[in-house]
Amino acid sequence: MTTTDIMTIALRPRVERRPIRRILARPETGAFVAALAVLVFFSIYTNTFLTLPGAGVWLESASTFGIMAVAVALLMIGGEFDLSAGVMTGFTALIVGILTTQFGLNIWVAAVISLIVALAIGALNGYVVMRTGLPSFIVTLGTFFVLAGADLAVTKLLTGQVSIQGMAKVPNYDSIQPLFGSSITIGGGVFYVSVVWWIVVTAIATWVLLRTRAGNWIFAVGGALNSSRQVGVPVMKTKIGLFMTTAGAAWLVGMISLFRTSTVQANTGVGQEFIYIICAVVGGCLLTGGYGSAVGAALGALIYGMVFQGITFAQWDTNWLRTVLGAMLLLAVFLNHWVRRRASGGAQ
Amino acid sequence: MTSTEPKTRVTILEVNNIGKSYGAVNALAGISTVVNAGQVTCVLGDNGAGKSTFIKILAGAHTPSEGQLLLDGEPVTFSSPRAALDRGIATVYQDLAVVPLMPVWRNFFLGSELTRGSGPFRRLDVKEMKRITLTELLNMGIDLRDVDQPIGTLSGGERQCVAIARAVYFGARVLILDEPTAALGVKQSGVVLRYIARARDRGLGVVFITHNPHHAFPVGDRFLLLNRGESIGDFEKSKITLGELTSLMAGGAELDSLTHELEGELGTDSPLVKELEAENRQAE
Repeated sequence: MTTTDIMTIALRPRVERRPIRRILARPETGAFVAALAVLVFFSIYTNTFLTLPGAGVWLESASTFGIMAVAVALLMIGGEFDLSAGVMTGFTALIVGILTTQFGLNIWVAAVISLIVALAIGALNGYVVMRTGLPSFIVTLGTFFVLAGADLAVTKLLTGQVSIQGMAKVPNYDSIQPLFGSSITIGGGVFYVSVVWWIVVTAIATWVLLRTRAGNWIFAVGGALNSSRQVGVPVMKTKIGLFMTTAGAAWLVGMISLFRTSTVQANTGVGQEFIYIICAVVGGCLLTGGYGSAVGAALGALIYGMVFQGITFAQWDTNWLRTVLGAMLLLAVFLNHWVRRRASGGAQ
Repeated sequence: MTSTEPKTRVTILEVNNIGKSYGAVNALAGISTVVNAGQVTCVLGDNGAGKSTFIKILAGAHTPSEGQLLLDGEPVTFSSPRAALDRGIATVYQDLAVVPLMPVWRNFFLGSELTRGSGPFRRLDVKEMKRITLTELLNMGIDLRDVDQPIGTLSGGERQCVAIARAVYFGARVLILDEPTAALGVKQSGVVLRYIARARDRGLGVVFITHNPHHAFPVGDRFLLLNRGESIGDFEKSKITLGELTSLMAGGAELDSLTHELEGELGTDSPLVKELEAENRQAE
């Protein structure tokens, strides 16, 4: 943890008694302001953004990023990174796709196996990080490449293609599909069930973080590992649990993308791990751990989803998409940082 | 006040001729002292005197190579700091084992959180934990008002006190404080000394490790002096003055010879020599 972080957060004066200051000092406030700014901008700039059909599009886009961002935020508060989180979403979907289309396994059983494998890889990530003391950045970078390679190689080996097709023809597909891929239409807008998952995951994560012993431990292991150990926090259990949570969330997102489109590409999720981290940081998480919020990360993902779709709605040249995204995310981080500074340092 | 009635004092911990060697190196040899309920035993020594080895033995982090520890009159060996803690011997290390960004109350209960409800609805009893934190700190004489502020916002002295209050609340009978005033200014040190006295008045046996006799003397009831791993004295307060304590600490004779040596090299007018002479006079 850098000195600046401690200066901006830990050394804030006792201004918290004033309700407005107290709200401003929360980690997610910056993201909330930024989300509002993005919403207002695209609502004014385009006619379609703030309509039910428009909202359906950007909420859907934000939901899967949101689920992952919340899990990654917990992990970051606990002081770790998971670069394999992106590729894991594709990996879990491919397991289900291959087991059902290639080996004729029951689709429910395949989904459960996929979850178990994901949790096992998460646990392995955590175990290796804790036992070796290596930075999780390096360990999960390794996992990332191992999985990315395996995804492509195994898919190509078994199907001769780089994607799994024909999922919809698998027996019992219709019994599981509504759970992850269904949608309802309200006023011409299509709203996917993934949005509900996103809200549920955020609510549970917030509850765990702020109201359970595990949440206390997550903040503690990320904030000061040795102190936590000294007072008897189960450090190993907490960290491994966090890696498993991230892997579990990746499985959920994998199922959502699989059952929404009924196909899965072998390179699904590659490159998205940094977007989760960006969403979490925009949402107020410290890169160094020990500080952040689940709601903030969910708002970070909302900003991402709105910008992503807002650019399309605004009919800008989509080649600029990444540039604009990068700039807007930087802006959001600055704004977030500024709000936090204002809140913590008084009239600085 | 406390030293006028030593006969009524209950001895909690007795250190009997303890020594520790690492291979051929003797880190500590022949140390004896007692820790009484409601009294402060000060362990004084310069850097490398063996203070940290001594407290690590008391705290259960090291086992002594010779001699024995008596807890309530019975010989004990602690296999780990946890084992010592379970017997009521709590150690507050210099880094305090706190998480700066977490609120005071969360730090207070970290690792031993109170919960209510069961199954998936088992949740932190936030209200109760805040209430206990507030009252326990008040008992130590710290009025925080807002236990929701990150512990990093407290002054160094206040953080020490939270760590002490935490140890007291979780059932410590013997409190070992590792150089609690080392990193603090004069005023903050005074604050911490007051809380040491508070803990003593609540009936705890306090082991106060320091290299500053001016901090030790006002609160101490007994003074164990270490030098190069050996005891150079274990005094009750009535048997020693601050001057003698300082002189022993500074290694009186050594200081004298150093002054003479420097006089020869720098001349009697040198400010350093004058300073040393002043120190010598004060010690005598």
